[in-house]
Amino acid sequence: MFISSQNSPPSFKDFTLVMPAVAVGNVGQLAVDLIVSTLNMSRVGYIHTDCLIPMTGNNPYATCKEDAEELHTPAEVYTAAELKMAVLQIRAPIIQTKSKKFRQLLVSWIKASGFSRTVVLSSSHAYQRDDQQLQGTPLRYLVTPSLLKVSADALKDLGWKEMERVSAFPGLTDANTEPRLYIPGGGITKGLYTDSCAEDLPLAVLLLFCSEGDNIPDAFTLVNHLNNWLHLLENPVRQPYIQAKSPTNGRSPLPGVFFLAAVSLQHCSDTHIFSFCYFNN
Amino acid sequence: MATFFGEVLSVYSRAVDEDEEELGENEEDEEIRRELEEKREVNLHWSPEVSESLKSGNKLQCSDFILAVGHNAARFLSVYVLTSENWDAVGHASVWNERSRAATGITSEEETACVFYRKKDNPSVLICQATCYIAEDQLFQWTEKVFDCLQHRELNVTVLSDSSVAEYKTADYLCYSSAPFLRSLHTSAFSGQPVCQSLEQPNIVTGLPAAVLNQCEVHRIATVVYQCYSDVTGPDSVTMETYKPALTKLSKSIQLDPSPSTDVLRKFARTTNIQSNLYI
Repeated sequence: MFISSQNSPPSFKDFTLVMPAVAVGNVGQLAVDLIVSTLNMSRVGYIHTDCLIPMTGNNPYATCKEDAEELHTPAEVYTAAELKMAVLQIRAPIIQTKSKKFRQLLVSWIKASGFSRTVVLSSSHAYQRDDQQLQGTPLRYLVTPSLLKVSADALKDLGWKEMERVSAFPGLTDANTEPRLYIPGGGITKGLYTDSCAEDLPLAVLLLFCSEGDNIPDAFTLVNHLNNWLHLLENPVRQPYIQAKSPTNGRSPLPGVFFLAAVSLQHCSDTHIFSFCYFNN
Repeated sequence: MATFFGEVLSVYSRAVDEDEEELGENEEDEEIRRELEEKREVNLHWSPEVSESLKSGNKLQCSDFILAVGHNAARFLSVYVLTSENWDAVGHASVWNERSRAATGITSEEETACVFYRKKDNPSVLICQATCYIAEDQLFQWTEKVFDCLQHRELNVTVLSDSSVAEYKTADYLCYSSAPFLRSLHTSAFSGQPVCQSLEQPNIVTGLPAAVLNQCEVHRIATVVYQCYSDVTGPDSVTMETYKPALTKLSKSIQLDPSPSTDVLRKFARTTNIQSNLYI
């Protein structure tokens, strides 16, 4: 459940919530790290739950020695009040048997907090694309009926591509198999989307087809895509809002390390092998 | 995954694919699932005295709680602290998971692998040695159940945790003589000064120490974790000694034996693996 880190609980009424799905390439999580550090968001609380694998580390967004030793947990909420925006960062995988419980927790928290809309940043295996999906943009969106009512025009203007339904058994021309939503590698994305449709939550999914590797460029792509809709950064220079500087001059507008504790579990008979991954700018 | 140089590496995806939700799960499956869940529950067993004080929702008065996670951390406490015989065993946690050994043939040491000790002359000081494997779905439960028994006001928690130096990530080359060394992480409520450097990015702490830190951070309990990175995985007196500075701050509450006898050391630092004779 949500526990405030401040003396009074924050109000999220009418805020936009952006959250990642733990998915292929950790693109959603990287994108959220980028948003938090770029907008200099402040932490307002934690999601304290038994559904995530425990992990901790020092402040991944440290800008100076003084704030470097701030402890961070697997799921935290940040806000930028002036933008009426909140962000949930999830740093650890969801315990497999608790996936449904976690989705329920999220849905009830979103409802109780009064967010005006939720955007889930996610990704899907690029190698699973069908012939159609191989062409054109790798970005897709999904939107619940509740949010469609409000944002139909904006989405139409943006000219975004909706995530296609695919047939359950490609190649089989059995009339009984309805095309269905399939987001391989997307973690809880599909489940969260269908739960939100059922609960009439205004929720959108922005996802990117990608593969494992250096996913930092994918994170930029996804955030810029989101920015086209939400206009988080209204700068005169609406360029890639982070100018990448060469590492040799020693300065970079990006925080020192993109810290992402993506703990991956690989079941191998009875043993669990953890591989910790992180990204350096 | 394709690299810049055109080679194709097979990497495991960090994404967790959502399983097709419990389709066609019948009653029998559900029952099996429920029974497994029950078996995996963490249970705390306290001595009659402690159980009595915990009755009707009371909590244990506790000013200092020291938790040792891992064999060397636990042995350090056994050698340097618990040998003074000033401690009572007041309880243990029973944890069953896929790594627990089969019922027959286990020593009593294995059975009670999460033992709680309380100081005789100062019952508000509690020690726990956790040497068994606690699965990821049991960590939160263990932590919550233990901390539910302790009063939180003015509670100070110190966690000593073993780790392999292979897990330590650094841009600089680690000189062979630098291990074993300590690194610390603490909650925002911790106002003291850690006895070693803070854990640098991008290193993280997982497992029981992480679960304890998470619990204490959200409940604003002053907690510090000292992670010892060692190049020796087995029992090692040098690794054990590395933890000494971590407890010097608590010298008022805990009497540290500054130089334990070699007999005591030998007892706890013996190597027990017959199979490691292979290359002699």
